[in-house]
Amino acid sequence: MSYSDKVIDHYNNPRNVGSLDKASSDVGTGLVGAPECGDVMKLQIKVNRDTNVIEEAKFKTFGCGSAIASSSLATEWVKGKTVDEALAIKNMDIVKELSLPPVKIHCSVLAEDAIRAAIGDWKKKQESAKPVSVEAAK
Amino acid sequence: MSTDVKIPQAQTQTHHPDAKGIKLPIYMDNHATTPMDPRVLEEMLPYFMEKFGNAASRNHSFGWAGEEGVETARERIAKLVGATTKEIIFTSGATESDNLAIKGVAEMYREKGNHIITAVTEHKAVLDTCKRLEKYGYRVTYLPVQKDGLIDLEDLKRAMDDKTILVTIMWANNEIGVLQPVDEIGKLCRERGVIFHTDATQAVGKIPTDVNKNNIDLMSISGHKMYGPKGVGALYVRRKNPRVQLSAIIDGGGHERGMRSGTLNVPGIVGLGKACAIAQEDMAQESCRMAGLRNRLRDRIMNRLDEAYINGSMENRLPGNLNISFAYVEGESLLMGINDIAVSSGSACTSATLEPSYVLKALGTGDDLAHSSIRFGIGRFNTEAEVDYVADRVIETVERLRELSPLYEMAKEGINLKDVKWAGEAH
Repeated sequence: MSYSDKVIDHYNNPRNVGSLDKASSDVGTGLVGAPECGDVMKLQIKVNRDTNVIEEAKFKTFGCGSAIASSSLATEWVKGKTVDEALAIKNMDIVKELSLPPVKIHCSVLAEDAIRAAIGDWKKKQESAKPVSVEAAK
Repeated sequence: MSTDVKIPQAQTQTHHPDAKGIKLPIYMDNHATTPMDPRVLEEMLPYFMEKFGNAASRNHSFGWAGEEGVETARERIAKLVGATTKEIIFTSGATESDNLAIKGVAEMYREKGNHIITAVTEHKAVLDTCKRLEKYGYRVTYLPVQKDGLIDLEDLKRAMDDKTILVTIMWANNEIGVLQPVDEIGKLCRERGVIFHTDATQAVGKIPTDVNKNNIDLMSISGHKMYGPKGVGALYVRRKNPRVQLSAIIDGGGHERGMRSGTLNVPGIVGLGKACAIAQEDMAQESCRMAGLRNRLRDRIMNRLDEAYINGSMENRLPGNLNISFAYVEGESLLMGINDIAVSSGSACTSATLEPSYVLKALGTGDDLAHSSIRFGIGRFNTEAEVDYVADRVIETVERLRELSPLYEMAKEGINLKDVKWAGEAH
């Protein structure tokens, strides 16, 4: 199985590897996959509470080259987008960008799941922080 | 606050291999297949264009030349395993030999019984053949293995009954290199009057494999695992004490004493014979050298990395095999990082079926560690310099990937990964 140049590039030069402060109210953390499946992705976002723009994103992945590339690409794509724009990212976009073969499509699905999980976690934090109020920003 | 992790560039040339006389890429996957020994190729060449006759053409010199090549090879193979020439049958490889041995006995002895005993760690050539026989109404017992990869002889004793007609247990495992107690299995089978077949594909030519010392009745042999050609193998079939009979699985002319029809692959057979002759001569010295290189690789890696686990018994193991799981790092990503080295992994991501290694599972290795395993197969043509290079590249890649790994991060924080409720866990 040979990899596309983009997958190799992300593997050799992964973007945004690292961690954000889990406890911060601006940070959303998504942890998806399972060690028994051979794929675990942790994707974190830091969101500007006024603009809902994702200012920072970090990832760590236990998985094959395609999984690492998918999550690295995911952090690249979500940075600079609003939370809603990031939710529009589809796994097939990742498949196309990285030229993933059919047997590796599930890696892109996991990356999409990781984005959603991180956003979901951030949203939960925003909901629980808000006092009961009608003008809750979307 | 964010912690930025500085990931070093993946390097493929840091160790200046040329300076050490190493040629890249390095082949260290000798359980998958082996490069042909030049002496084997030399031996084979005349049989393609000059001595090209069909070995079964009894009436002219072209046929006689082919036959002579075949019979010389037959003698060499017989000598290596302690058999007589009449007991060596040529096949297309060990997969066919396994099929012939198991199906051949099953059909021939079906009046006597319908029970076969094998082990969970066998090669698919044995397991899938047994599964097919189950469909035909045979009963198969798959013996478990212990943590070190060996079967428990008590399990074997208990499994045998008056309907057992065959025990088939491999000599050396292709993934973890573990050696089964073939001499004791043979003794037990002989006492109980049960035919004993062993798939000795990975063992022949590497360690002594005498069929009489070990009470073996049937033995599968493969050319391309011992620096010989692909597409050729042999099956040892005992003729005396007891005489073993087989139903052929390929019909068409009755070649090889009626056990395997088809024109003989003369050049291939000649190559297999030469490979056996070389192995016989070099075995003692070579197995010692292989063990030395393997131990060097093991020690260099294990001394540097923590949480690296060797899969399978070290004491009962092929001299050139090493199989290590590197916790928190997935196998395929590790292979990608050492892409100038040819080895293989027990990770699901590297298999066609997306299933992790069933051999590692049978040892009780957790799926996560099965995904993190690498199999090294050191062979005749590997050097000390190559071993050092491979060890260093593995170490550097594992360290790099651990920096990328959320599991390593969690483990360092003191989290027990077994307690975590994973999002992707199967329910």
